[in-house]
Amino acid sequence: MQFFSGSTSTESSLLPAAPPGTGAGGPGNNAHMLYIFNRAGVCLLYREWNRPLRTLDPQQDHKLMFGLLFSLRSFTAKIDPTTAEKGNLGVPLLPGQGCSFYSFKTNTYQLNFMETPSGIKLILITHSRTGDQREALKYIYNLYVEYVVKNPLYVPGTPIQYVHSAFLNYYSVLKRVLLLIVSDN
Amino acid sequence: MAAIYSLFIINKSGGLIYYKDYGSAGRMDTNDSLRLASLWHSMHAISQQLSPTTGCNGIDLLRADTFDLHCFQSLTGTKFFVICEPSAPYMELLLKVIYELYTDYVLKNPFYEMEMPIRCELFDLNLSQVVQKDRVALLAR
Repeated sequence: MQFFSGSTSTESSLLPAAPPGTGAGGPGNNAHMLYIFNRAGVCLLYREWNRPLRTLDPQQDHKLMFGLLFSLRSFTAKIDPTTAEKGNLGVPLLPGQGCSFYSFKTNTYQLNFMETPSGIKLILITHSRTGDQREALKYIYNLYVEYVVKNPLYVPGTPIQYVHSAFLNYYSVLKRVLLLIVSDN
Repeated sequence: MAAIYSLFIINKSGGLIYYKDYGSAGRMDTNDSLRLASLWHSMHAISQQLSPTTGCNGIDLLRADTFDLHCFQSLTGTKFFVICEPSAPYMELLLKVIYELYTDYVLKNPFYEMEMPIRCELFDLNLSQVVQKDRVALLAR
């Protein structure tokens, strides 16, 4: 079963085609931050574009974000009104087990979340009124797979470093694509 | 037919003071509902810390695969949240109406102690009328 049905294949081109609907909008000012965590809670990537307020130092911030997601997933799995058989709160959930949330909104920001079957969690924090970002997150995940996972010099489970020249490609692609995607909404 | 699956009311310290289920599959016992309410209270607070800009008031809407959760926090810190179907309309209006019922039938009740579980018959009665599907549709006017 294909997990990401309908996503564009990226074998041949260096720059994958952006999802349909993204225009050449102005400078994207909708995305605030991006986090990528792996299954163990290690923050593989943290990028910020617009963050006027920082309440905690980066380590604490990453831990808080991961903890929030962990608790929110337990919460949604338990409070789900459509399934009768639910586990207990506090039991760690496997990726894909139980109902998971994909977005929450506050008055100042919107947090979009995606968890892959391998436990990679992608979090994109955008402006409060952007639309559904699930396609954008799938697209970012595909970039991660193409340029990070398939890179033989990358050690899985470590933060994505700006060391190898291949990663230069990844960053520039990621930045350009994000600007395109989020400025469209 | 109710327009929502369930309603929770949390006091300002995070304790559950009212829980009513209108049709979720599977029973939730009291302990679980208490734990979920406290969990929500904490996550609402943590989400304010993670905001990239100032002035965040916590989570208003949580969207999951099979349900949506709408939350309303009054100025006094009391939180009202409903579990409903994905993209159910008029939920914010419904929350405001529920808040109004709370102020009328609970807070103005002289026998009600603040922050304690709600045991007011008139509140239950009016609430069950307001969450009927056809009544919720009328809120748009």
